[in-house]
Amino acid sequence: MRWRWFHQWGSPRWFYERAGRWQLVCGWLSLGLIAVGTIWGLGFAPVDYQQGNSYRIIYLHVPVAFLAQAMYAAMSVSAVVLLVWKMKIADIAMQSIAVMGLAFTALALGSGAVWGKPTWGTYWVWDARLTSMLILAFLYLALIGLRASIRDPDQAGKVCGILVLVGVVNLPIIKYSVEWWNTLHQPASLKLTEKPTMPASMWIPLLINILGYYIVAAYLVLGSMRAILVARERRSSWVRELVRRV
Amino acid sequence: MNPKRKQRLFTILGLVSGLGVAVGLVMYALSQNINLFFTPTQIAKGDAPVAQMIRVGGMVADGTVDRDPQSLRVAFDVTDFDHNVHVTYEGILPDLFREGQGVVVQGRISGDQFFASEVLAKHDENYMPPEVTEALRQSGKLDQIMGAEAK
Repeated sequence: MRWRWFHQWGSPRWFYERAGRWQLVCGWLSLGLIAVGTIWGLGFAPVDYQQGNSYRIIYLHVPVAFLAQAMYAAMSVSAVVLLVWKMKIADIAMQSIAVMGLAFTALALGSGAVWGKPTWGTYWVWDARLTSMLILAFLYLALIGLRASIRDPDQAGKVCGILVLVGVVNLPIIKYSVEWWNTLHQPASLKLTEKPTMPASMWIPLLINILGYYIVAAYLVLGSMRAILVARERRSSWVRELVRRV
Repeated sequence: MNPKRKQRLFTILGLVSGLGVAVGLVMYALSQNINLFFTPTQIAKGDAPVAQMIRVGGMVADGTVDRDPQSLRVAFDVTDFDHNVHVTYEGILPDLFREGQGVVVQGRISGDQFFASEVLAKHDENYMPPEVTEALRQSGKLDQIMGAEAK
C-alpha cells in the first residue's frame, strides 16, 4: 500500500478524471496571477535607471526562460519513470512537455533578442548562455521529430526517453554558463540563496508572474496529456463510455 | 523496489553521470573558445591572437572617451582595473554606452591599438529605479555597488 499513491498514476482513467479537475484550478489560478503580475510589472513597477522602460521585458522573459528549463527537468523525471517503471502516462507527459517546452524556449529566445537590440546593440551573439539555450530548443525539436518518425508508441517512448536523458547535461550548462565563462548575458538577478539585485517593487510582480507561468505551463501540459491519452486509449472501454456520455 | 527496476535505475544513473563527465571534460578543454571575450589583462599578457578578429570585454575607463565632433569616430579605453586596451571605433554606439559601463568590443589588435568593428554594451544584473540611483550617488554609495560589480 505504501506505493499506491505512485502506482495509481498508471491508471489512465484515474489520471484523466483527476487531471480534468486540476486543469480547471490551474487555468483560473494562472490567469489571475499573470494578470496581476503583468499589470503590476508593466504599469506600476518603477522604471530602471539605465534601461528605462525596456527592462520591463523581464516580466515575460525571465518566467518563460525559467519554464524552458523547468520543463526539460520535468521531462527528464518523466523519462526516468518511463524507463524504470514502464508507466505509460510518463511517456504521454514527455510527449506533451516537448511541445510546450519548445514554445517556451522560443519565447525566451525571441523576447531576449528583442531586448538585446536596444540594450546590447545586437539581436544575437554567440555567447555561452544564448548558445546553450539554442541547443535546448534544438533538443526539444529533435524529440518532437524523433517521436514523429517512429510508428510504434512504446518504441518511440523508449528512444525519446534516452535522448531526453542525454540532453540533461545541457541544463547545468545553461544555468552556470554566465558564471563559468565570459558572456554578454548578465548573471541571474533572482537567486534562491541571495538577495535579489533589484528592489522589492520590481521583483514582487516578477515573482508573481513566475508563479503564474509555472501554473499556466501545468495547465497546458495537463490539457495536452488528456488529449493524447484519449487518442491513445481510443479502443478501451472507458473511452468508449466517455464518448457515449457526450 | 523490485530488483529489475533497481537495476534499470542504476543503468540510467550511470549513463547520465558518465555523459556528464564526458561533456564536462570537453567543456573544460574548450573553455577558452567558449569565453565570449578576452580581458585586457589577457591581452597584455599576450594570450590573445594578434591580427585576428577577437573580442575584448571590460569597463569603459572614466575620462577616456574621446569623440571626434566631425564624424562618428570615437576612442576610449577598456579596462579591467589592471590593464587598459585603447580602442578606436567608427559607428553607432549602443544607448547604454557611457563611461564606467561594461562593454564587449569586437575587432583587431594592431600595434598598441584595438580597431573595433562592433561595440556591444554589457548590462549587469542590477536593476534600480532612478530615484534610488540618485540617492545613492548623493551619499557616495553608488561607486561601492558598481565597484563590487566590476570585480
